[in-house]
Amino acid sequence: MTAQTPPETARRGPRTRDLTRAERWLRRGPLLPGLLFVIAMTQIPFLFTVYYSFQSSNLLRPDSDSFAGFANYGSVLGDPLFHNAVANTVLLTVGAVLASLVLGLGLALLLDRAFLGRGIVRTLMITPFLVMPVAAALLWKTSMYHPVYGLLNWVLSPFGVQADWVNDFPLLSIVMVLTWQWTPFMMLIMLAGLQSQSPEVLEAARVDGAGPLAVFRRITFPHLRRFVELAILLGTIYIVQTFDAIYMITQGGPGQSTTNLPYFIYLQAFRSFDVGEAAAAGVIVVVATLVVAMFALRVVSSLFEEES
Amino acid sequence: MTPVTAPPAAPSGTTAPRPGSVRRRRRRRPVRPLPGLLAWALGLLFFFPVLWMFLTGFKQESQASTNPPTFFFQPTLDQYSAVIGRDFVPYLLNSVQASVLSTILAIVLGLPAAYALSLVRVPAWRDSLFFFLSTKLLPPVAMILPLYVIARNLGALDDARTLTLVYTAMNLPIAIWMIRSFLVELPKEVLEAARMDGARRFTEMRRVILPMIAPGLAATALICFIFAWNEFFFAVNLTASQASTVPVFLVGFISGEGLYWARLSAASTMAALPVILAGWAAQRWLVRGLSLGAVK
Repeated sequence: MTAQTPPETARRGPRTRDLTRAERWLRRGPLLPGLLFVIAMTQIPFLFTVYYSFQSSNLLRPDSDSFAGFANYGSVLGDPLFHNAVANTVLLTVGAVLASLVLGLGLALLLDRAFLGRGIVRTLMITPFLVMPVAAALLWKTSMYHPVYGLLNWVLSPFGVQADWVNDFPLLSIVMVLTWQWTPFMMLIMLAGLQSQSPEVLEAARVDGAGPLAVFRRITFPHLRRFVELAILLGTIYIVQTFDAIYMITQGGPGQSTTNLPYFIYLQAFRSFDVGEAAAAGVIVVVATLVVAMFALRVVSSLFEEES
Repeated sequence: MTPVTAPPAAPSGTTAPRPGSVRRRRRRRPVRPLPGLLAWALGLLFFFPVLWMFLTGFKQESQASTNPPTFFFQPTLDQYSAVIGRDFVPYLLNSVQASVLSTILAIVLGLPAAYALSLVRVPAWRDSLFFFLSTKLLPPVAMILPLYVIARNLGALDDARTLTLVYTAMNLPIAIWMIRSFLVELPKEVLEAARMDGARRFTEMRRVILPMIAPGLAATALICFIFAWNEFFFAVNLTASQASTVPVFLVGFISGEGLYWARLSAASTMAALPVILAGWAAQRWLVRGLSLGAVK
């Protein structure tokens, strides 16, 4: 978070350095409660997580803690189950982000033009995102994926496709639910991007004889690029943390085939009660997230520059 | 696909149209029903599972799991009364308490902070903003253990107040970024006029700024409510029975091979409805909330 100090463009009042110490604190006043609260609720727990990651610690035996050095990191990084969780997390995230992005873009292109009942269609479209994820997961697990009574098999039966979705294709089943849930999110960002295009430029291109494909490739796509980047990064950050769908639909299984990192850490902590290893895995995830986040912050801050 | 490119290609013309009419026709794009129909079809497809959940909640269990699926049936409220009879209400009240209180707290803490980070611009305002953003990037799994241990040591496990605080911290960055995005949009002239009249900061806040960003605050509150209401990870790990929220209630349906689809659907509908309604009401601002104010 090394955002450089902005050029002092204080819109009003004296420059900061002319203020007395008391005045400066008075100005900071409104910020402090929120700032301190967030630090207390997020940074302090995280520091504890770092501390635990160097301890041999078990939730069931609170008195047996001892310093463990990097042993937890060693055993986590050498754990095939951890590697498996990393691989599953990548597959789930990439699959769901890409699928929902492509679908979202297509739907946004459709919704960008006027037609009868556009508002209603948009309202219908965003609903999957609003349904409580736990409820959505149960709905898919039962009514959609069930091998005998599921709607998916019923719809696909004319094509001869029958499957026990959750057991035969566990990762795909999770990706489909996540895609269903996140497509509206992608669509909304893409739609905002499309609608922020200048209508004059588009009209001028059309008058100059550019066909819809040329308009999309030359004007819309370059304009959308930043929105696509933002959608991918925000989508990744949210979807990497997927827990609800896995907990409700597969419990990480069959075997470990859908255990992603959040579920892996959950199992370590609350089923194996191995606090040290769970914490070490948590720290590793945070470090990995921060790497992704650096890119995210850069994109967000580029949007942010335009404001001033 | 351009409607009219040159006079000879004019679709309506048996005679070549006059130049003027070509110009005019170019502006009017032809009505093409296909994209609209496709949008409707896909919209209904995406909505269908939700509709199915809603319908199934009004079925008898014997109609809920059939092959082929049952589309026409005599609706019944049996499942709803069964769910409410299964102690659904305490979960509902916990959810209401945790999400409403945390939303209020997020606004109460977020509004002054957003003000300090936009209109006043305290020193290092940009660093502070990005600090708040970075906490959203911290995966909940990295914080749950210490929160669990701290709460246990304080005797605050299974307490709706603990969840309230956690949700406030979860939503505060969103609230700050979102409120800030509304504040920076305020016309400068209005603020300057208020300042000219010698309005003090607090008066300015109350009399001028607050009424102008009231819709933005409402939208922010709805977004915070949505996230808090749907939250599951902290709820399932920090509560046991007393303070459990609605998502935790639904966990009870995992076992037993999900034999009670109709009852499950009724419960899911009740669980999901508040947020669906809030989201429909806030849909104009949904994207702004989800992108922390970056996309308007």
